[in-house]
Amino acid sequence: MIWTSFDDFLNMGGYGLYVWGSYGATLVVMLAEVMMTRRRLQTARQSAARENAA
Amino acid sequence: MKNTTPKPGLRWSTFSAPSRFYALAGRVVPWLWAVSVVLGLAGLYVGLLVAPTDATQHDSYRVIFIHVPAAILSMLLYLALAFWAAWGWIFNARMASMYARALAPTGAMFTFVALWTGALWGKPTWGTWWVWDARITSEFILLLLYVGYIALTEAIDDVRRSAHAGALLALVGVVNIPIIYFSVRWWNTLHQGSTIKMTGTSMHQTMQLAMWLMMFSFWAYSFAIAFTRSRAIVLEQESDTEWVKALGAAPSEGKA
Repeated sequence: MIWTSFDDFLNMGGYGLYVWGSYGATLVVMLAEVMMTRRRLQTARQSAARENAA
Repeated sequence: MKNTTPKPGLRWSTFSAPSRFYALAGRVVPWLWAVSVVLGLAGLYVGLLVAPTDATQHDSYRVIFIHVPAAILSMLLYLALAFWAAWGWIFNARMASMYARALAPTGAMFTFVALWTGALWGKPTWGTWWVWDARITSEFILLLLYVGYIALTEAIDDVRRSAHAGALLALVGVVNIPIIYFSVRWWNTLHQGSTIKMTGTSMHQTMQLAMWLMMFSFWAYSFAIAFTRSRAIVLEQESDTEWVKALGAAPSEGKA
């Protein structure tokens, strides 16, 4: 562990905006892609089930 | 309810039949997610808590642990997309064309991440968010290629014609990949040269470890998400086949 406190960690030696802006945005777009893809598979399954019922 | 069909052997053709792919990928995907999350958490731990502060770039360098893996994946996924698109076109293989389509959004996502993190890293390092140099411009063109491929394949309703048009665009765009890769050598650019070299890298060992962990995490993520999207595409394109209708009758596979 190289940080002295949590604030020190968040501050990132003064580069917090750039580091957290990178990690945060990456996490958001990856999670968004996962949610959208799972929803797409779910929808495809439901319409397959509907087709079977019809 | 257990699957009553005989267990398919692991031949190269296993993944070429949509029904087999659908079942097999469904079993593999949870493990891929697990690998991606474990490696990702390890990479974040090493990269943000263990790796030392860089002597020249201080802590801004930590963007590298996302930037480089995302940039490499953005190029590799394009090559994979073009390969499967070409395979689908030449051999008229439906499943190959579906893989190509499944890779595009993920490739676009990593291209965006590479550009976004590059801007956030460029500001403190070069003093500018963006510059139209060879590396950044060719990576931006890669994003346009992904978006163009998605728009083109979505715009054409006929599955076969859509696959052919997409493959043509994907293959023409392949020329951009070596341009991105070699841009820092061919032109005088603001962007630095390769960080990873086969012999004698300039990076501290813990920094390298963090980068490789993130790289393999993104790799596993790409497989997991592309397989999941492929399964959705299979169901969408094969909705009138008997096996998909039979699938709808079995309530056992409701959750993914």
